[in-house]
Amino acid sequence: MYTHLRRFFTIALVASACVFNVPATADEPVQHEAEKAVQDINEKEHKIEHKLEESEAKFDIGEMIMHHIADSHEWEMTHGVVIPLPVILYSADRGIEVFSSSNFHNDHHEYNGYHLVHGDSEQVVPVDESRKIYDFSITKNVASMLLSAVILILVFTSIAGFYKNSKGKAPKGFQSAMEVIILFIRDDVVKPNVGPKYEKYLPYLLTLFFFILVNNILGLLPGSANLTGNIAVTLTLAVLTFIIVHLNANGNYYKHLVRPTGVPVPLLLIMIPVEIVGVFMKPFSLMVRLFANITAGHIILLSLFGLIFIFQSFMIAPVISLFALFLNFIEIMVAFIQAFIFTLLSSMYIGSAIEEHSHADHGH
Amino acid sequence: MSLLTPNPGLIFWMLVVFLLVVFILAKFAWKPIIKGLKDRENEIQGALDLAERTRAEMIQLKSDNEKLIAEANAIRDQILRDAKDAADRTIHESKDKAVIEAQKIMENAREAIRNEQELAVSKIRKEVATLSLEIAEKVLKRELKDKEAQETLIAELASSARLN
Repeated sequence: MYTHLRRFFTIALVASACVFNVPATADEPVQHEAEKAVQDINEKEHKIEHKLEESEAKFDIGEMIMHHIADSHEWEMTHGVVIPLPVILYSADRGIEVFSSSNFHNDHHEYNGYHLVHGDSEQVVPVDESRKIYDFSITKNVASMLLSAVILILVFTSIAGFYKNSKGKAPKGFQSAMEVIILFIRDDVVKPNVGPKYEKYLPYLLTLFFFILVNNILGLLPGSANLTGNIAVTLTLAVLTFIIVHLNANGNYYKHLVRPTGVPVPLLLIMIPVEIVGVFMKPFSLMVRLFANITAGHIILLSLFGLIFIFQSFMIAPVISLFALFLNFIEIMVAFIQAFIFTLLSSMYIGSAIEEHSHADHGH
Repeated sequence: MSLLTPNPGLIFWMLVVFLLVVFILAKFAWKPIIKGLKDRENEIQGALDLAERTRAEMIQLKSDNEKLIAEANAIRDQILRDAKDAADRTIHESKDKAVIEAQKIMENAREAIRNEQELAVSKIRKEVATLSLEIAEKVLKRELKDKEAQETLIAELASSARLN
């Protein structure tokens, strides 16, 4: 991060020196002197850059942040406490291979003809580059997802038990805490946006909300995975919503795409592409919104913590900790808001696709 | 830019796990929870409706009761009035009758007294007549024994007759 800035300044300096140089070309000795000066400056800049790079080698905040945000083949709870996770590979010639990621802990990060590459994120690549492999490993994100799935199933089946066992009684304890959220999703998010046939979509939308919420909150815990800030996860959720919308959409919806009501014929040339782009923009925006919000939150928090390591001062740590605490509260809020928005928008898209009457003109 | 390239393996697991979670929760969690919530809402709605109905019935009953009480009061007043009238009439009649009776009795008594009186007077008269006759007879008998006495008497009588 710093390096880029330094490089930019160096280039700017050199460029300005060159610009300064141009009118002087006619004058030989002056030009020579100027060239020398430029060389001097360059050398000095190089030295500074070199020193900076040296000191950055100790703590690279960019690398630290990427390491925390990206997926991994092992679950690093804290420095040194690592849970190895299974690596599952499929290749046409070798079939399915399963082995522990701890096998990569050697000098070359190599095992059984595979190489673990540490880049922005980890990747298992075959040593023999002509081979093509598919990586279905239980990564840190997958493990976290499984954990959240277990939490969701345990919590909500036990709540369902309350409803079965204490029928006709007032809700109490955890049941009433969850009931408030379930009722909120049902009455204020799904019912008004999906319309009268909302009950068919309620299980999907409730699961969507709680899945995103639980994973957002799990992601805030120290040492946990950044699942909802992973584009593959938000992509899958957005595509599922897209599929549900378009499987259940009625004729009006599709007719509206190719023949928007109240649009003059010449404008159709523009409107039809716009409508079709809009169809794909909706899931795309769903995907990017959740991904960007959660990732941005994590980057901000990690940058704050990174500042402590950059300044290496006990004076700055409490201030930054306080600020990080404040941001953590905001992140908890964001966890709820993003889960809510994803569910709200999904139900709006479903609602607009299954709407019975086509309204004559609603201005798009 | 690995951040922006979705990992196919993760998409695969995400699909599998998420769809499993959706199906398991839909079957074992959302169905009973939503059913329980709906049942409870219906129960509460039913109880509210029942309370509303009961309230209406109570109001109806109350007005019926009031009507009944008013009717009963009216009937009671009527009965009381009738009874009072009857009593008044009876008292009046008996008073009149008593007065007439009393008058009749008084009349009879007066009649009887008059009759008795007349009888007594006539008896007394007769008695007085006989008595005076006897007295006169006796007096005459005694007076007429001597001559002198007869003469004085006559004189006396004559003088008194004169004075009158």
